[in-house]
Amino acid sequence: MGQVFGRVLAKLWGGDKEIRILILGLDGAGKTTILYRLQIGEVITTVPTIGFNVETLTYKNLKFNVWDLGGQTSIRPYWRCYYANTAAVIFVVDATDRERINTSKEELKEMLNEEELADSALLVFANKQDQPGAMTAPEVSEALGLVGMKDRSWSIVACSAIEGEGLTEGLDWLVEVIKEEQM
Amino acid sequence: MSYKKNEDLDSGPGGSVMDKMTVFQDCIAGFNSSPIQPRRCRVLLTKLTYLLSTGDTFARDESTTLFFSITKLFQHKDIALRQMVYLVIKELAKNADDVIMVTSSIMKDTTVSSDVVYRPNAIRTLARIIDASTIQAIERLMKTAVVDKHPIVSTAALVSSYHLLPVSRDVVRRWTNETQETVLAQKMFPQYGGASGMSGPAPSYMTQYHALGLLYQLRSHDRMALVKMIQQFSGAGGSLRSPAAVVMLIRFVARVIDEDRNMRRPMNSLLVGWLKHKSDMVNFEAAKTILEMKDVTDEEATPAIAVLQLFLSSPRFVSRFAAIRILNRFAMVRPQNVNVCNIDIESLINDSNRSIATYAITTLLKTGNEASVDRLMKQITGFMNDISDEFKIIVVDAIRSLCLKFPAKQASMLSFLSGVLRDEGGYEFKRAVIEAMFDLIKFVPESKEDALSYLCEFIEDCEFTKLAVRVLHLLGEEGPGTKHPTKYIRYIYNRVVLENSIVRAAAVTALSKFSLIEDESVQASVKVLLTRCLDDPDDEVRDRAAMALRLATVPTPVAKSYLAPDSVPSLGALEQQLIMYVTGGPDAASVAFDISTVPFLTRDQVDADNFRAKVSSTMPVIGSSMDGSGAGSGAGAGAGGKGSPSAGGAASSSSGAGAHEDKTQMYAAALAKIPELQEFGAVMRSSNVAALTESETEYEVRCVKHLYKAHLVLQFDIENTLKDTVLEDVSVIATPSEDTFEEQFIVTLPKLEPESQGTVYVAFTRPEGEYETVSFSSTLHFISKELDPSTGVPDDTGYEDEYQVEDVELGVGDFLVPTYIGNFQHMWDTLPYEASETYGLEGVNGLTEACESVISSLSLQPLEGSELPLQAATHVLKLFGRTVQGGKVSALVRMAYSAKNGVTLKITAKSEEEVVAPMVAAAIA
Repeated sequence: MGQVFGRVLAKLWGGDKEIRILILGLDGAGKTTILYRLQIGEVITTVPTIGFNVETLTYKNLKFNVWDLGGQTSIRPYWRCYYANTAAVIFVVDATDRERINTSKEELKEMLNEEELADSALLVFANKQDQPGAMTAPEVSEALGLVGMKDRSWSIVACSAIEGEGLTEGLDWLVEVIKEEQM
Repeated sequence: MSYKKNEDLDSGPGGSVMDKMTVFQDCIAGFNSSPIQPRRCRVLLTKLTYLLSTGDTFARDESTTLFFSITKLFQHKDIALRQMVYLVIKELAKNADDVIMVTSSIMKDTTVSSDVVYRPNAIRTLARIIDASTIQAIERLMKTAVVDKHPIVSTAALVSSYHLLPVSRDVVRRWTNETQETVLAQKMFPQYGGASGMSGPAPSYMTQYHALGLLYQLRSHDRMALVKMIQQFSGAGGSLRSPAAVVMLIRFVARVIDEDRNMRRPMNSLLVGWLKHKSDMVNFEAAKTILEMKDVTDEEATPAIAVLQLFLSSPRFVSRFAAIRILNRFAMVRPQNVNVCNIDIESLINDSNRSIATYAITTLLKTGNEASVDRLMKQITGFMNDISDEFKIIVVDAIRSLCLKFPAKQASMLSFLSGVLRDEGGYEFKRAVIEAMFDLIKFVPESKEDALSYLCEFIEDCEFTKLAVRVLHLLGEEGPGTKHPTKYIRYIYNRVVLENSIVRAAAVTALSKFSLIEDESVQASVKVLLTRCLDDPDDEVRDRAAMALRLATVPTPVAKSYLAPDSVPSLGALEQQLIMYVTGGPDAASVAFDISTVPFLTRDQVDADNFRAKVSSTMPVIGSSMDGSGAGSGAGAGAGGKGSPSAGGAASSSSGAGAHEDKTQMYAAALAKIPELQEFGAVMRSSNVAALTESETEYEVRCVKHLYKAHLVLQFDIENTLKDTVLEDVSVIATPSEDTFEEQFIVTLPKLEPESQGTVYVAFTRPEGEYETVSFSSTLHFISKELDPSTGVPDDTGYEDEYQVEDVELGVGDFLVPTYIGNFQHMWDTLPYEASETYGLEGVNGLTEACESVISSLSLQPLEGSELPLQAATHVLKLFGRTVQGGKVSALVRMAYSAKNGVTLKITAKSEEEVVAPMVAAAIA
């Protein structure tokens, strides 16, 4: 009984709290497109992000503060300025870009080693599934070396930001994890 | 929503001290907290702006940390918070790294609808964080904003474009069309605040002003485009509605008139039209521009003066002030034209605004005839006590220039000056009075005795050590030459008894000069007084006294060389040499300083330079293009003319002071670094800079001629204006027209980087002791190498190229040095050789221009204010100077002007050396 009551309270209280989410990944992976697909439900034309975009979106009664940081090499060093208080990281991979999948892996590894992100959940989007020759989710998972990871909640979802597939699925998982772990 | 002023800013603006580090910590904590509290963050940002705007700065890493924490505020949509964020980022952008991180976020804010209040802020901030590599990305965005219908948005984009010019002029140039469109567009403020109050959209012409300014920046390099622009916007219908924009257009007109004589007539008719514009400020600017034109004719000046005359009786202070100020300036050069306003100006003498009254009186002093001077002086004395020191200085300066103009009035002016000297006043004011009296003594010999006794009286009770020292020095200089030198000895010795050590030391030096008087009794008395000074408690005073006593025992000529030397070292050069010696390191210090490397100037030269500086500082810019042959001086005079009178005065006085002496010194230092030139001996004369190319060409070349005893050195200053080309092995081939000149060697320039300057020297022998003129046809030779645009490294192979420049002329003027002399007529009568020639000058508009060209081609010193013709039809110009060998030269130039025949002039030259007089007389041809 007390437990149920507590959860209700937590939910009420938690509904007001903003949940910080970062969208990271290499340049051209589709981060900005995903952000606005989630926020306004449309595919917008994007230009390479010099800096960041930040939007607030509400999903399943939770208020998310979503930061989409530019993925160009010159901007990656600044990611760390935005790590603090992050509930979850959405890492976007261009599943057609086999050449740079290793670079993605290195960036991901380095990021996850950061102290400030120790308690954050990780959602990987294997994006651009609408394109021919895209790697599947298990392939990407293998290439990024996610499989053995035991110290945090993580999930990988194949998606296409253009067609809107897989995005809600990924977000649903994220909401569950956040509700369980952080509230 | 509610807001209580200063609620949270307890220690903020107006409150007690705000600690920088506390604010810093609070900001970091506040901006990183979640969720964002907009009110609190705004207060923190306000504190930050306060600190930044009161001069506090943060270290680079602190600024960067602050910047990154501020970027987190972009997650909140609060409008007021966003505005504050932009204000602070704009400030921090100068000092923080990686500001590029907000680019995407700002660009998003610049594309929102026009009504969003922070859109202009975003545009302005964008310009501060963008660099040359990213400016391409914002081109479209800026274009859209420039033509936006909202005036504030458009203005923000236009003003930001100014800031982007140094980043990339080429990119900004791409929105020239949009800017042009904006000049003509009428933008409306949308209606705010719903039904209550406002009656509808209000038009705004502010954008016209900003757009016109930007358009000028984009086109100023191209005169044709500029002229076209002026014609377009000044055209019928008056497409410019903003008075400020019209004023700016008038300033462009002024520039065009200044640079291109042929444009004067069409431009002048535009100016006349603007005299009738409905806005006061346009009228003033047009009148000012007309009156500041070179050699403005009576017909041109009359309508402008008539308009100003009307404003003199305007009920508004500011209009009266503006009108009288312009007239005052014009009265300096052409008092007879301002005469017509005298009645109106008279009524302003009692204006309740003292600034207006002061200008009125100083104007009348110039326009009035000699008879009215006395009355005006009385009137000034009446209100001298009511005005501030600043205006007292203006009055004193007016009187000073009056002294030089009407030497006959010196008695009443002197008594006025001595009167105000007794009044209360600060150092600057007293200094101005003292300077004026010094000038009187120097240039109006009749006033000497009286002025000296006034000065003696002044130092009896002078609270300013500096002034007392200067007066004592002057007494030492002038006193011994007067009829009753003993009178001054008493005043001087009083200082030894009563003053502080600095004044005492100066008094001892002054006293010692009296020992040169050839009168046994005076010498004996001075000796007694000096002996007493040996007991002075101060070292310096005792030393000087001992030195003076020792000199009293040596033969007079030796003593004289110490006490009253004929020539003094050029102080500027001495200082420079000493600095080089002191900073030269141990090597330089191993030998003693060699005073003989410092050029010495004779008293004549010093006097000429001082006189020139004085005259030009009291004259407005219009008349002062004496060394106006240099390429830069046209633009300089234009800028000065547009500036305030004080700025103009400062500019002209510095150009006057930079006359012969300093110029030679400046070059001497550079020439001394070239070992080959050392054997030529000392430079006798360095000419003015002459431009050998048009400005804005690929290579700009300027030439200075240095005359040595038996050699001539041409100094070519070459500027490579290209961005992408390196010049190597740069030399100049100069071929003399006379074979008595023989080339010795060329000091070449191994490499000239893009957009930089370098110097090539070419040395010739010349017939020793003669004044042979010659011209050199000159060609620039070099190897040109293009830079690889991506790496900036020059190509390996270049190609040889040459570039023809204009001929270098060595004229008569190059052998002459302008020199000041007090009594022209006396000197004229004593010179033995005479020659004269008559010329007709066509294409010269007016006598002022003729005077200028004669002065600059002869390089002689105009005397008795004769460089400014007072009448339009006839004038006599009096000139004096010395040859480089030291012989006196003098010229009397009679000129007459008629619109039909241009200027006719007759030069009569007299000289000490036989060959010089005919040479000078023939120099103009």
